[in-house]
Amino acid sequence: MGLYLIKRLLSLMPVLLGITLLVFGFLHFIPGGPAVVLLGERATPNQVAALTRQLGLDQPLWVQYVKFLGNLVQLNLGTSIMSGIPIADELRVRCPATFELAIAAMLVALTIGIPAGVLAAVYKNRWVDQLTMTGSLLGVSLPVYWLGLMLIYLFAVNLQWLPASGRISVDAGLTFQPLTGFYVLDAMLQLNGGALVDVLAHLVLPAITLGTIPLAIVARITRSAMLDALSQDYIRTARAKGVPTWRVVGQHALKNALLPVSTITGLQFGTLLGGAILTETIFAWSGLGSWIYQGILERDYPVVQGGVVFVAIAFVLINLLVDLSYAVIDPRVQYS
Amino acid sequence: MLATRSWQRFWRSPAGKIGLILAIGLVLLALLAPILHPYDPTTDRNYLARLVPPSSDHWFGTDALGRDILTLVWYGIRTSLWVSVGSVGLGLVLGVPLGLVAGYVGGTVELVINWITDILLAFPSILLAIAIVTVTGPSLTSAMLAIAIVQVPIFIRLMRSMVLSLKQQEFVQAAQALGATPVQILWQHILPAGLAPIIVQASLAIGTATLEAAGLGFLGLGAQPPTPELGTMLADAFRGGYSLTSPWTTLFPGLFITLMVLAFNLLGDGLRDGFDPRSQ
Repeated sequence: MGLYLIKRLLSLMPVLLGITLLVFGFLHFIPGGPAVVLLGERATPNQVAALTRQLGLDQPLWVQYVKFLGNLVQLNLGTSIMSGIPIADELRVRCPATFELAIAAMLVALTIGIPAGVLAAVYKNRWVDQLTMTGSLLGVSLPVYWLGLMLIYLFAVNLQWLPASGRISVDAGLTFQPLTGFYVLDAMLQLNGGALVDVLAHLVLPAITLGTIPLAIVARITRSAMLDALSQDYIRTARAKGVPTWRVVGQHALKNALLPVSTITGLQFGTLLGGAILTETIFAWSGLGSWIYQGILERDYPVVQGGVVFVAIAFVLINLLVDLSYAVIDPRVQYS
Repeated sequence: MLATRSWQRFWRSPAGKIGLILAIGLVLLALLAPILHPYDPTTDRNYLARLVPPSSDHWFGTDALGRDILTLVWYGIRTSLWVSVGSVGLGLVLGVPLGLVAGYVGGTVELVINWITDILLAFPSILLAIAIVTVTGPSLTSAMLAIAIVQVPIFIRLMRSMVLSLKQQEFVQAAQALGATPVQILWQHILPAGLAPIIVQASLAIGTATLEAAGLGFLGLGAQPPTPELGTMLADAFRGGYSLTSPWTTLFPGLFITLMVLAFNLLGDGLRDGFDPRSQ
């Protein structure tokens, strides 16, 4: 396993290097180059020339790239043009917000998607199956930003059951102290029941919005994996031995159907980090996505650059973790 | 004979039939927009009838500039279809040849193409598209290019895997023995045999591209005013602060994005049932 991990990490190196090359090129491809980008379009030629020298932009590209890599390794991603806050500090604050939302969205997807997929497989071609498959098709076809707006209109404006935006309300925020940045966890650690309810209420609509696409995919994959598992000989044997249906489905079939589900869950989790940009924008969720969006609007390129490189590297590492988790879930998988 | 059976399988699939009918309907709507549209999308503004709810004059209501939402949605479908079909077309033109070459030539060429593919796939698709548009500047063409680049690695992977299995087949070896050039083998023998999964993927990709194009439009990185586009309409209502007070400004554009994506997803599912040898 240790050797496999080293091999996999080494094989990731070219991809990680490629990501950094692309992101390095990103600032250089922008019309005017990095100095104009940093100074803004109204900068005088003298100012541009001075900054070009100061930042070493007059040096050969490969020297600049090596410096960029060095800075990246030290998590020195520059500072935001607009706020002047170092990108690394912003990442530390905003990362937990996005991960909390992504975890909540995945929980929505799994708690609804797996039972729906199992029911659809058990009652194949019956109305439960058709309903699940139609819902799943609709789920992958919905634009999440539109779904978010519709949910806000229905549940926050009309019914007034849930808050429309943000992570915590002003009142609850008065007695609340962020520790880890994961507000649900923080509220629990502080034994602050009022804040916990408030934070959870703020999480519901964004989590449903972001979780819709993975929910649809998880339901589909669970259904097909369950259909596959239910047609195996050991299921027939279990049934013949008189094992109750719920045990055949829940213990024998589902256990074996979970491997493809776990794969897709991991892959979708990575995608959620990217998808969060739209959901966070709608719900004014102060995570990575809304920060990158703000960076785009304000033409704050270091923010966009830092955000993109961070999410891409996180995406690659999460996919590696998914690969490694197979051995834990399925004892038949061995790495060498 | 094989094609007839594939079509029969396609017609037996309800998903395919519904998808095809919806897709044809949407394409017809898009083509007929300049002839049948009730109002002009850019010049017809009635400042006295701003944010009017759906009525007999304006079936889908009006927006904050007093423009007819039905007309905007109608033209928006045209823009969205153009961007999504265009970007998938461009993705095919770039991805399929690279996949063919990677699979057939192998060696260093394959390594380099695989490396580029892996890097592009390392970015969540919407994020990659955003990064590209940030560099090229927001416009409809930029959005199309960005979405095409997002599609390229998927087509490379798919085509390469088809070539790898097809080049071991007897008909390809026979062509090689008869002295066919690599270009002839790829163009005349391997490409036609491996085209079905590519067509299926292209249909599904149009659905994804529609979502991504509207997503970029929503972030202000796609079509620029006054070009009517469905994602931009949602963004206008959201940023203008009237999406919640005048819900018809968001309801109809969103419904039609969903309908477009649904149409091409259903069509893709149907085509897969009929034509993709791997699903049989």
